[in-house]
Amino acid sequence: MKTAPVTVRSSSAAFSTTVVAGFREIWAHKFRSMLTMLGIILGVSSLVAMSALVSGMEKGAKEALVAIGGLEKVRIEPQDIPIDQRHLSDQAVGITITDVVALDKNAPLVTKLSPEMRLSATVSAHGKSFRPWMLIGVWPVALEMSEHIVEHGRMFNEIDDEMARNVCVIGSETRNELWGTPEQEGREIIPIGETIYINGVPFTIIGMFKHYESEQERKTREFAKLEAQKPQPKEVVSRDRGHSHGSRRRGNFVFQLKNSTVYIPLNTMWMKFRTGISVTGYGGGFQPTGGAGGATGDPRLSNLELRIASVETLPEALQQIRNVLMCTHRGIEDFTFRTQEEWAENINTFIRDARLSGGLIAGISLLVGGIGIMNIMLASISERVREIGIRKSVGAATLDIFIQILVESLVIAVLGGLAGLVTSFGLVQMLSSFSPTENAPVVTVTSMLVAFGFSVLVGILAGLFPAIKAARLNPIQALRYE
Amino acid sequence: MALVELRNVSKIYRLGDEEIRALDDVTTDIAEGEFISIIGPSGSGKSTLMHILGCLDSPTKGTIKLDGVMIHAASSRQLAAIRNQKIGFVFQFFNLLPKLNVLQNVELPMIYSGVSGKERRDRSMAALESVGMSNRAKHRPSQLSGGQQQRAAIARALVNSPKIVFADEPTGNLDSHTGEAILSLFRKLSTEGRTIVLVTHDPEIAAVTPRRIEIRDGKIAEKIDLTLAGLDRSAQTGGSPAGTAA
Repeated sequence: MKTAPVTVRSSSAAFSTTVVAGFREIWAHKFRSMLTMLGIILGVSSLVAMSALVSGMEKGAKEALVAIGGLEKVRIEPQDIPIDQRHLSDQAVGITITDVVALDKNAPLVTKLSPEMRLSATVSAHGKSFRPWMLIGVWPVALEMSEHIVEHGRMFNEIDDEMARNVCVIGSETRNELWGTPEQEGREIIPIGETIYINGVPFTIIGMFKHYESEQERKTREFAKLEAQKPQPKEVVSRDRGHSHGSRRRGNFVFQLKNSTVYIPLNTMWMKFRTGISVTGYGGGFQPTGGAGGATGDPRLSNLELRIASVETLPEALQQIRNVLMCTHRGIEDFTFRTQEEWAENINTFIRDARLSGGLIAGISLLVGGIGIMNIMLASISERVREIGIRKSVGAATLDIFIQILVESLVIAVLGGLAGLVTSFGLVQMLSSFSPTENAPVVTVTSMLVAFGFSVLVGILAGLFPAIKAARLNPIQALRYE
Repeated sequence: MALVELRNVSKIYRLGDEEIRALDDVTTDIAEGEFISIIGPSGSGKSTLMHILGCLDSPTKGTIKLDGVMIHAASSRQLAAIRNQKIGFVFQFFNLLPKLNVLQNVELPMIYSGVSGKERRDRSMAALESVGMSNRAKHRPSQLSGGQQQRAAIARALVNSPKIVFADEPTGNLDSHTGEAILSLFRKLSTEGRTIVLVTHDPEIAAVTPRRIEIRDGKIAEKIDLTLAGLDRSAQTGGSPAGTAA
């Protein structure tokens, strides 16, 4: 008698057949499967949306960081003399031009130096007055130091400074306050050649900076402009006015600050306003010091901005600066460093925290979705005990049943994941409608891949237990099951 | 060499301290092409015997050789492959999958033996043809009568050309007329050379097979040879047309 060999395979059913069967099973319970998928859909979309929100914030923060001059910028500010040196306070010199010269000569890691004298002043022109955030006396180098771009007119030069001319370069915010915004006026006013009065002293405007704004603000503004151009004469004018007033959001604080700058030559500042110059750093508030001269009698600066060669050598550069300043300040530590690195660090910490907590919440909702899948798969196999028995009796191996259940779970998760990705776009739209101008969410491909990957992982994990349970069913008992 | 060789097969269950011998030292052979019935009252152990023969269960003691393979020592994976390729089952409650149509139900065993789609279809149609069900291929089991469902189930049992077919009370859920038709179908298959084992509690049904094994309390009680007693209905009605509409 011939003996036919038995082909033994671990899993004999073709995978495609199993996947088709999985889809069929899910299609057979459309509503139930839909509800189960909902958990995954919400998990995936909230993960993507959360990541988009954080990415948006990160982008906004980084833009702002660049706007204030990047990581290479360091500010030297006056600070209170340490307690152990208080008795030497009458010998403290403060930050002076001497420091600038000394640093220029003796600190090779410093590439640019910009002394600043700040004044709290009122500017008036055109019958209006305004207190700018920053009215600063600077050298022309401040332009590069603070990443300013002169859009109209020119920056004052060394000669203007040397001769202490009454000239100034203003930011767009000053123009907006004194002459009105382009949106209000319907045209852009360029007040070059106009005279403004700074604390009553007449100055000629010789230049105006570009209007600084975040990418998002620019888009919003351009969109508003486009809207306004639509030919609906009467209606639009009033609507536009209301709109521009209503949405006169200052936007990002950093850009607002920068737009509100007024620059005058350092010498002019010293000549005209020496009694009003603030020498207490940003934290200390306004405190004029009579005849702003220290122990040496040199003009005191409000602060000193400098740029170093590269971020990598920041600690070394700071040490060089410290060495020089300790010398010029007779060992009295009446100055401090402000680096953007702290700020950058804060941004990173914040972003990391936001990402972590948001990810955790979205991850939990994904987990709940997974539990939903497991629940429905367990219900499904107890409904199908007999089916499993039949399949085993016609030759399904343990692994075949295992794969079948796992694939069903995976199909739910994958479909849910894909639907979640689609939903996430809607969710992001909804979220950005709550905060239209600031930090629009950015949907990243990475976050979508990660979210989808997690949904697949959840599908597998949720399917494992039911699949093992189903595969272990005893075929005899399964066939008897009613 | 017989197709199936059972030697001293026992199946013992333990319930606490009590030992239940569902099968007690059974030794028998089944030859290729035989049409045989296993008969016994419920609880006699006939179902256990069928499950062990059908590779759904394994014995506690003893050896079984099926088509040259020692199945008492086979792994569950091997048993699944043997069930798939050498054994066909027909059940009392038909056991068709309600979500699949008749054709898909018949294709089921071939899915697990990795037969390609086209061949699966052709062979399923041929199997349905042989039980007179080819015109119902696209129907769901719920749209069929009991007899039709049982025919579809028989087609499924035959589709992988098994060495042996086990039918567990195949007429138990059918009216007597339809049951008769199903038995005729088995007789016809037997004349075509199939090895068929009919498991039943009903002596009248057992009477259609030339050989019977009676199980009582887990043991083979006696082998009644009705052919010698002149009661063999299969011998008398063997020529009747098989497969009349159920």
